[in-house]
Amino acid sequence: MNKLDKVKTIIIEKPLKLDCGKTISKFPLAYETYGKLNEKKDNAILAFHALTGDQFVAGINPVTKKNGWWSYLVGPGKAVDTNKFFVICANVIGGCIGSYGPNTLDPVTKKKLATDFPVITINDMVNAQIHLLDFFKIDKLFSVMGGSMGGMQVLQFVANFPNRAKTAIPIACTASHSAQNIALNELGRQAIMADTNWKKGDYLNSEGSPDKGLSVARMAAHITYLSKKGLQEKFGRKLQERDDLKFSFDADFQIESYLRHQGSVFVDRFDANSYLYITRAMDYFDLTKQYNGNLSNAFKDSKAKFLIISFTSDWLYPTSENKEIVIALNAAGANVGFIEINSDKGHDSFLLDVPEFLKSIKNFLDANYKIL
Amino acid sequence: MKKEFQIISDLIKNNTRVLDVGCGDGILMKHLKENKKVDSRGLEISKKNVQICISKGLSVIEGDAETDLKQFPDLSFEYAILGQTLQAFYNPEKVLDDLLRVSKRAIITIPNFGYWKVRIHLLLKGTMPVNKHLPNEWYNTPNLHMCTIKDFFDFCSRKNINLFRSIALHEENVSEINKKNLSFKNFFSELGIFLVEKK
Repeated sequence: MNKLDKVKTIIIEKPLKLDCGKTISKFPLAYETYGKLNEKKDNAILAFHALTGDQFVAGINPVTKKNGWWSYLVGPGKAVDTNKFFVICANVIGGCIGSYGPNTLDPVTKKKLATDFPVITINDMVNAQIHLLDFFKIDKLFSVMGGSMGGMQVLQFVANFPNRAKTAIPIACTASHSAQNIALNELGRQAIMADTNWKKGDYLNSEGSPDKGLSVARMAAHITYLSKKGLQEKFGRKLQERDDLKFSFDADFQIESYLRHQGSVFVDRFDANSYLYITRAMDYFDLTKQYNGNLSNAFKDSKAKFLIISFTSDWLYPTSENKEIVIALNAAGANVGFIEINSDKGHDSFLLDVPEFLKSIKNFLDANYKIL
Repeated sequence: MKKEFQIISDLIKNNTRVLDVGCGDGILMKHLKENKKVDSRGLEISKKNVQICISKGLSVIEGDAETDLKQFPDLSFEYAILGQTLQAFYNPEKVLDDLLRVSKRAIITIPNFGYWKVRIHLLLKGTMPVNKHLPNEWYNTPNLHMCTIKDFFDFCSRKNINLFRSIALHEENVSEINKKNLSFKNFFSELGIFLVEKK
């Protein structure tokens, strides 16, 4: 049985014109839902996943058999209580868990698209996912939320569809990918493309896969998700199952062993070409430029109530960049709140058990569900 | 609710846009929302208070008035409220300038250092006054620029700021301050509440 057999999918019939100029239609969008849509259809939340996430937000991921990526936040009795809210999440286009991506079969050649897949953008991802609202016949979502690339999708969603969500929670993100963000993504892409197994992306139609390249990309990225202080406290200079240095290039240090492990488990669940395409979409993200250099114009029609959240130790999408969003929202006269959460866990904080963060989302949702 | 908040609330017209600078746990914001139907935003420096405001459904931005008022566009509010914090800023003059940039009018309250008990405390005891409105010792007080009601009057006239309403609060007693009774009110009031506008 194929590991993707348990994936729910809708086929989007309507043509979608991508930013690259190409038009796609009849393409698959894989999704998952949690909780029940109520009769008034006013309790739906659309969650957007980050670079290496997928549609399995909560519970057990049927593909990896591990906890969903937002299990600390979403589930029965959790901050996003699925006894109360209906949570929808789709695998982004470009992804590798069932949505239209480099793994999709070309109906003509019967081969996987690989790098014939078009370069997509955050805007394209969001324009594909809006069809889920029609599918569930939801006029207006109670909330759209997401962290990191998920947060970028939230911003793009409210810009594209100002009237389709009552509240919006962009977390630990930016309105415009910085030179540092692009540089770090390029490092990951070059690692993949330097792997001889990559074969210009055509490994999908032959033997082998660029596991080493993808694993190095993941190792480098993983460092950017943590903070210096967090790393030092967790690993310091502790040695890995040895009493002294071995004067070799084995993993002497625990941090080395940890990163190698992160790299190796990642290749089992993620596709290298998807990694290239999705990081590219993030790099192309510049909402300010989309609105002719004035970010506030992106929000001028938005009626949503916003909560922006950043983390003190996040240096990948630091508080200053999140505040730029707050400033633009204020300039547009939008309804916005902002909180910076104390955490040593770096950018990854939004995925982890950070009580003040979980509390802020729970309180925001619960208070506004009563009044909006 | 504090009498001070009731007076502030009475100064605000219904259905207006209000910025509460240093909104604390949002008691005043919530009152204004429910009773005056205002569209309100808060700016608050304490994370704990921002969390409380979020749980009340209030839109509050974590930040410091000295650096974060600049994010609001010119005249984006009809009222900006500054409750008993003017004296705690490094640069109260700049904060007030910014308040009157982002908002047409500002409502400012100050603990009055000219209150007779404060004067007597310093005169007779020879130590820095501690009371209900000045609860901290000199070494841990957030207050950097204490002033009197009279000082604030002088400040406004020098800065070309119109004093629309000047209200004295002593315990539960509310009275208007004017040029004639200024010295008297400056002596007998614990708190001054001012509605100001740029000339």
